[in-house]
Amino acid sequence: MKKLFVLLMSSIVLVSCNNSQKSSEDSTETKAVSTQSVRIKGSETVLPISEKAVQVYLKDHEGANLMVTGGGSGVGISSLLNKSTDIAQTSRKIKFSEKQKIEADGRNLKEVIIAYDALAVIVHPENKVNNLTREQLEDIFTGKIKNWSELGGDDLEILPYSRETSSGTYEFFKDNVMSGKNYASGIMSMPANGSIIQSVGQTKGAISYVGVAYINQSVQPVSVSFDQGETFVAPTAENVKNESYPIVRPLYYYYLVTPEQPEKEFMDFILSDEGQKIVEEVGYISIR
Amino acid sequence: MHKQKIHRRILDKITEKLLTLSGALTSIIIVFISVFLFTEGIGLFNTPDIEEGYALYVNSENRIDNLSPEETKQIFDAEVTSWKAFGGEDVAINVFRLDAIFNFYSENELGENYELLPEKLGEVISREKGIIAFLPNEYAPQGLQVRKLETATVTLEDYFLGTDWIPTATPAPLFGVLPLVLGTLLVSFGAMIIALPLGLGVAIYLSELAGNRERKLMKPLVELLAGIPSVVYGFFGLVIVAPLVQKAFNLPVGETALTGSIILAIMALPTIISVAEDAMRNTPLGMREASLALGATKWQTIYKVVIPYAKSGISAAIVLGIGRAIGETMAVLMVTGNAAVMPTSFFESVRTIPATIAAELGEAPAGGAHYQALFLLGAILFVFTLIISVSAELISKKRHS
Repeated sequence: MKKLFVLLMSSIVLVSCNNSQKSSEDSTETKAVSTQSVRIKGSETVLPISEKAVQVYLKDHEGANLMVTGGGSGVGISSLLNKSTDIAQTSRKIKFSEKQKIEADGRNLKEVIIAYDALAVIVHPENKVNNLTREQLEDIFTGKIKNWSELGGDDLEILPYSRETSSGTYEFFKDNVMSGKNYASGIMSMPANGSIIQSVGQTKGAISYVGVAYINQSVQPVSVSFDQGETFVAPTAENVKNESYPIVRPLYYYYLVTPEQPEKEFMDFILSDEGQKIVEEVGYISIR
Repeated sequence: MHKQKIHRRILDKITEKLLTLSGALTSIIIVFISVFLFTEGIGLFNTPDIEEGYALYVNSENRIDNLSPEETKQIFDAEVTSWKAFGGEDVAINVFRLDAIFNFYSENELGENYELLPEKLGEVISREKGIIAFLPNEYAPQGLQVRKLETATVTLEDYFLGTDWIPTATPAPLFGVLPLVLGTLLVSFGAMIIALPLGLGVAIYLSELAGNRERKLMKPLVELLAGIPSVVYGFFGLVIVAPLVQKAFNLPVGETALTGSIILAIMALPTIISVAEDAMRNTPLGMREASLALGATKWQTIYKVVIPYAKSGISAAIVLGIGRAIGETMAVLMVTGNAAVMPTSFFESVRTIPATIAAELGEAPAGGAHYQALFLLGAILFVFTLIISVSAELISKKRHS
């Protein structure tokens, strides 16, 4: 039995060594043969853009080999670090610690904004409060304002929902609407935009935020003011376009600058007129 | 004839070896996974409690030497506004982040690649007595009146006894797992309270009372329940059960621990029913007949003969049901509201360990403190399930002896 065990272990080690050798050979080979193999990985928010763009791109570029996978912004960036992706798609700016890790061994990271996403603040349709200032939003999500009556609504407990702590949306909202302050401890959080809409639609005192593309009849978007209540702007497509709506975040592609530039053609495509048209079709805002 | 015998023997030997091999392989994989969990997680206690690559700086006249993560959070959330609260002088706290430097200097003044930035940061810090600056090490401020605050590492106490889980708080994330552990236990406990009477009831019905036809119909139905993907249960819970709970108990929200318990109870039912039913059906016919022959009614037979005989099997069913509930991820993630607070009742939103891992691991920077904290959570869950399956094993051993 013991002998068998040793034999087994050594064979496993051998096999795994073999495999790793093989895969490293494989990757160098593909690089040499074709510069067209591009892997894109990361944020679920950016995923629809990349998927659609790759679909269209492949129509004109037969033989090109592009792969898109989700997993989250953090997964995308750590894959970039261990070279299992060529482009990392993220809905948040790269963290300082992540950037340091990547640039530690002399590699150069390039950041490109490929689209914008507007966030709408939403409440239950029966809620009478239609206008909120940035300061009020900050107080709501940090837990200082607890009742809708303080904001001119009904006597009802305010129930803020946030996105999951790790989503790029969560961090963006914190940095830009709550001036970097932390959410109230014990805030409820939902795993996806869809479940936020569902929960806000069926909870009277609820308030939350989602990408503008997700809004539907069951919730009511709120106009927000970032100038202490002088002008309130509704999150309509028009206001987002003419840049009067304040809660807009960039979506990024990150890649390493290498002499081979496997990603160049696709990057050119996504930033072209055609690529940006796709961005708008999917429901986001083009960078132009 | 003789040749055939040799063939068969060789074949037997090969099968035997293959089976041993697969067993060994499985054990190796399990050991590998648990070692992986622990080694990835344990690094947390060597990680500084401030975000990696950053440090906190104060004016050298400030008497404060170090701040706990909670204190740092209170300062940066403007909950505490004077140094007096932490034993310093009565000077207002002035929170400074890197971006704020542009309010003092234009970009030209900082040099082309920000070479002058450390110097200018030093100037700002020297000028303001009550300042606390959160700056990257790359631009560590230079100046005589600048003092760097000592950074501690995340302690065992902070982790296991902390009551705040705010892993993305800047500058000092809080990794207190107590609310998550209690949330997991609460939801699973609630699920068992609902599932046990129901599950045992169905098991008794199926093994003792149901006719052949009913049993043939019910059994596959119950087993079908186990085959439904958990995300479907989650959706069902969010759309149907949550509003029901909200209305029935007149609560402000429907996503509560109770909602999670109800969904988990439904999910644990098939396990409980089939294991308990098997145990009861194994009661020897002779014992039942003896009981009936003594004039006991059907119910007396079930109550006094069948259930005591199947006791250890029923206990195993309970333990396996708990195991199912504790590890469930997706359904719970969707229906419990995921608020990381210390749970006080069933009518509040709670956050469980599996839901936390599922929701956060994808976006956590690999290798960072948050990532390690999540792996350690996985290790805690692993210990939980280990305890559960060991006790299930012990219970069923008792049955055989």
